[in-house]
Amino acid sequence: MTILSLFTLVACSKEVLERFGGFLQPANFPAPVYRFRDNKISQAGFELGRKLFYEPRFSRNNTVSCGSCHIQSAAFTQHGHEVSHGIDDRLGRRNSPPIMNLAWMNTFMWDGGVFDLDLQPIVPITAHEEMDETIENALAKLRTLPAYAAMYKKAFGDTAINTTRTMKALSQFMLLCISSNSKYDSVQRNQGPRFSDAEQRGYIFFQANCTACHREPLITDYSFRNNGIATGINNDQGRYEVTLNETDRYKFKVPSLRNLSHTAPYMHDGRFITLDAVLDHYRSGIRQTPNLDPLLANGIAMTDAQKADLLQFLNTLNDPTFLRDSKLSEQ
Amino acid sequence: MNLIHYSIIALITSASIVSCSKDRTTKNNDGQLTDMSVEFDNIVGGQNLFLDAVSYTNAAGEQFTVSRLQYFISNIKLRKTDGTEFAVNPDSSYFLIKENDPATRFARFKAPAGDYNQLSFVIGVDSLRNTMDISKRTGVLDPSAGMEDGMYWGWNSGYIFFKMEGTSPAAPVDPTGQRKFRFHIGGFGGYSAPTLNNVKTVTIDLSASGNALARSGRNSNIHLMVDILKALNGSNNISIAANPSVMFGEASVTVANNYVNMFYHDHTEN
Repeated sequence: MTILSLFTLVACSKEVLERFGGFLQPANFPAPVYRFRDNKISQAGFELGRKLFYEPRFSRNNTVSCGSCHIQSAAFTQHGHEVSHGIDDRLGRRNSPPIMNLAWMNTFMWDGGVFDLDLQPIVPITAHEEMDETIENALAKLRTLPAYAAMYKKAFGDTAINTTRTMKALSQFMLLCISSNSKYDSVQRNQGPRFSDAEQRGYIFFQANCTACHREPLITDYSFRNNGIATGINNDQGRYEVTLNETDRYKFKVPSLRNLSHTAPYMHDGRFITLDAVLDHYRSGIRQTPNLDPLLANGIAMTDAQKADLLQFLNTLNDPTFLRDSKLSEQ
Repeated sequence: MNLIHYSIIALITSASIVSCSKDRTTKNNDGQLTDMSVEFDNIVGGQNLFLDAVSYTNAAGEQFTVSRLQYFISNIKLRKTDGTEFAVNPDSSYFLIKENDPATRFARFKAPAGDYNQLSFVIGVDSLRNTMDISKRTGVLDPSAGMEDGMYWGWNSGYIFFKMEGTSPAAPVDPTGQRKFRFHIGGFGGYSAPTLNNVKTVTIDLSASGNALARSGRNSNIHLMVDILKALNGSNNISIAANPSVMFGEASVTVANNYVNMFYHDHTEN
């Protein structure tokens, strides 16, 4: 019996191109914070979530999907746009953040106004300048399509299409958008690759000057800080808008630096086009505005050589396999 | 397993219907709980509320009409004359009262038979439910409605407790060319960081205008008047000219402190 079953397994696995592994915690990552007990990841749920992520019917006129402003080749950002570019060419006021390693994130958006990944998609779907649709109406559109009925049934047991299932499926897809295969990760996991001399010098500089906020290994501590960029022209007050706490004015979430070569422009409003400009900001551009982070009161002293080394190190945070992972692409 | 379980319940239920009451439409499922309701009758001072059609005047002397009025009522509790308290099952104790939908003016629930002399409820949605898993947010709590009649803030996760919109000559012209005012009051205290909390509990004594006498096979209806003028007029009067748009901000605290006083008991239909 056992032998027979084994044979069957072997025979079957050859037909499956790639086994669905579900959520796998990378060896060098901490435990995730997402409540997986409320949303069991399944292949059917993930595949439904992926279809929904690329579904333009979530926008009022069926033109904009989640994937429109979160493009995989740009680490799920909208590369080249300072602020998100939504329906009817309307512009948002902030830069599209990457969909990446969200299982480790406990607040969402630049101001942390959303505290549960399952509630996050409601924001872009209903925002006037993004998708300008209601969830109610979007779901009504999906209910007319037999393909979705079948996928919801496979994922959740019956064909009902509702808010909870839709949000849970989207979460399942987004939770598996894990970037953990950069050169930096391989070095951390002792998998063979080594930092070059310049990268190693850059890494030492990074650890001495940057990791207080860009904490390893996720390269962010998910805190909210004012990093000394002057108040934007739209006077975006960041975290203050959701807490109304004076000490939060002009603070924004510390972004991860993973895949940073693909996510330009930088900052919450995309004001810096190049990494060079970003590093120059920390070196000499810090502005004294309310709640400036004390760590940046005097900027970060950096010679040209140190800056060059740092850039070399930062490039090891790029993860080409993530950007090309066909499982995460529109099918 | 489930089938057996339901059969037993069905047997018990039919037995109790036969033995306790000839009225087969009774909804008493265990012979103890009976139908009750609280009616929310929206008025403006001494006048009935008519959406869009009638102009009213606030304490600041500003004229206004109301185009939309809706609010959450939740966590209904009753106290019997013997001092014991009954809380409606939390999973069936969220009601969205909408002036433009007459069917919503009643919060209907089940309670044990008895004489009740005190009613309390929350205006809005408590902080616990505001942070629950999305699977617990069904019915009126489903965050799927649109920006117009929806009662949920996506950008700052949380329910809108009270929404009143209308027009007033005192309001400045908005980008759409209208003189609109919009009060969207919410704020449950924050989840990842503390912030303003506009969750309000109202307690109403029923003895003066009629205790609720809940009896099997009947529906005791506690009829409340809801004077929305009190959302504007109170210990701090709200001027529409100064506050045409009150949403997530300090002014919302004033409005919430005002509207906690807008409910009064008119009578009970036993």
